[in-house]
Amino acid sequence: MARERLSIQPPAESQGPRPATKYKVEDLHASFDGHEVLHGIDIELGEREVTAVIGPSGCGKSTFIRCLNRMHELVAGAKVSGKVLLDGEDIYDPAVDPVLLRRRVGMVFQKPNPFPAMSIRDNVLAGLRLTHRFDASRAEAIVERALSGAALWDEVKDRLGDPGAGLSGGQQQRLCIARALAVEPEVLLMDEPCSALDPIATARVEDLIHSLKEDYTIVIVTHNMQQAARVSERTAFFLMGDLVELAPTDRLFTQPRDSRTEDYITGKFG
Amino acid sequence: MATPKHLQDRGKERFLEAGFRLLCAFAVLLPLSLLALLIGDLLLDALGRIDLDFLQSYPSRRASRAGILPALVGSVYLIGLTTAIALPVGVAAAVYLEEYGHRSRLAALIEINIANLAGVPSVIYGLLGLGLFVRTLDMDRSLLAGACTLSLLVMPIVIMASREALRTVPMALREACYALGSTRLQAIGQVVLPMALPGILTGAILAISRAIGETAPLIVVGALTYVTFLPDGPNSPFTALPIQIFNWVSRPQKAFLENAAAGIVVLLLVMLLLNTVAVVLRARLQKRA
Repeated sequence: MARERLSIQPPAESQGPRPATKYKVEDLHASFDGHEVLHGIDIELGEREVTAVIGPSGCGKSTFIRCLNRMHELVAGAKVSGKVLLDGEDIYDPAVDPVLLRRRVGMVFQKPNPFPAMSIRDNVLAGLRLTHRFDASRAEAIVERALSGAALWDEVKDRLGDPGAGLSGGQQQRLCIARALAVEPEVLLMDEPCSALDPIATARVEDLIHSLKEDYTIVIVTHNMQQAARVSERTAFFLMGDLVELAPTDRLFTQPRDSRTEDYITGKFG
Repeated sequence: MATPKHLQDRGKERFLEAGFRLLCAFAVLLPLSLLALLIGDLLLDALGRIDLDFLQSYPSRRASRAGILPALVGSVYLIGLTTAIALPVGVAAAVYLEEYGHRSRLAALIEINIANLAGVPSVIYGLLGLGLFVRTLDMDRSLLAGACTLSLLVMPIVIMASREALRTVPMALREACYALGSTRLQAIGQVVLPMALPGILTGAILAISRAIGETAPLIVVGALTYVTFLPDGPNSPFTALPIQIFNWVSRPQKAFLENAAAGIVVLLLVMLLLNTVAVVLRARLQKRA
């Protein structure tokens, strides 16, 4: 059934060559306490490409990306089945250490969550310190590179010792992005990263996403369809635990093939 | 047109309101004034006896020469040892229940038991201490046996306070750690525990300062009542402030009652000191966090 849906996707229509596959998800089911919230998702995500995941509240889009770095299973009563291949290797294979996986797949959350007791500098270095990979001689270079990568360096370079929690919401979110970049992941998962930010801060984070896709595979969950249109190459529409349609972003928003996608993007529900 | 009934005279409602307010104020004032009376009466009795000599002397058959030194030192030892035992074990138990056990059936069972254990009379803990530490583990009537017994007594409260403190650390911060590739141990050790520490310490110190006034369990595990030496280590026999006070109160001579009053003042000061430490520690650590 899920395969059928996949077959309606255009292989490479109108677009250039598809990038290499970073994630290949096969028949992914996820549940909380026996209540299934993802009913067999099949999807491929391209390397160094931004994929937006849209859909109404409760459609399973957050759960989906939390399955991509095995954060879903941290919630008590949560279960996952199916395959998630990252560079061809199943991350749910018993031999895979989820801790090591998460060092390759960074995540940015809905609400900015810098460590309140730490300075800006220490927040950036937190991932390395936490995992005992901290090298004092490289610290300054890492801090500058991560903060520059997150487009925050110029705003904070003179006050790296100030508490991270003292920044504005938008700056905090970019600090969280810098913190994720500092551990040098290959993939960045973003779970509605702008939903707690004002439009100006949102625009900065969106600009940032544009520059980050040079180096990272990005999956961004968003409530905001304009945002999906602005930042992503491809968009996946989820509804009630199913992937309804995955298509190049401009095509999905102009010529959706599924009537449910059309109803959603034209505001008939959701 | 007549005013509708619910907008008429509010006299009765106002009367009830004022009466209820008075009742609540009385409920606050009654215990407070009784306590003030008690402490005032105590201070009157104690003032004549409490001086540096009283703090530095050993017990004596003559009330005017008797002092509280061994009991004070014994209590300080008990505070230190009990903290050293109850704090790490209690915090580790709380970490297990909050961070690891979470929804397992075992954790639920333990949780119910901890809540019940907090309500068990202290003399029962004394009997447990007597059977387990003094006899079975052969600690004899030592400071260590007393401290272990008091640790059992405060453990449920330390665990509950620590869990409460751990729960105040937002889930989002744990997720931030995991998303950065940290293990549970790294997240707990470097982010969760440091943030929960002020709450944990405050709860633990308050629990211990209560336990330090306990008499029954110490009598049962065999604290001495007439001690003319200072404890020289955890295996030493000992006495403690509440025991010494109890001993003096039970003497017929009036002069010993004054000693008891002075002893109570010393005990209250020790508890006040501990509670102050708790408050200061919390303020300090919270500012840092």
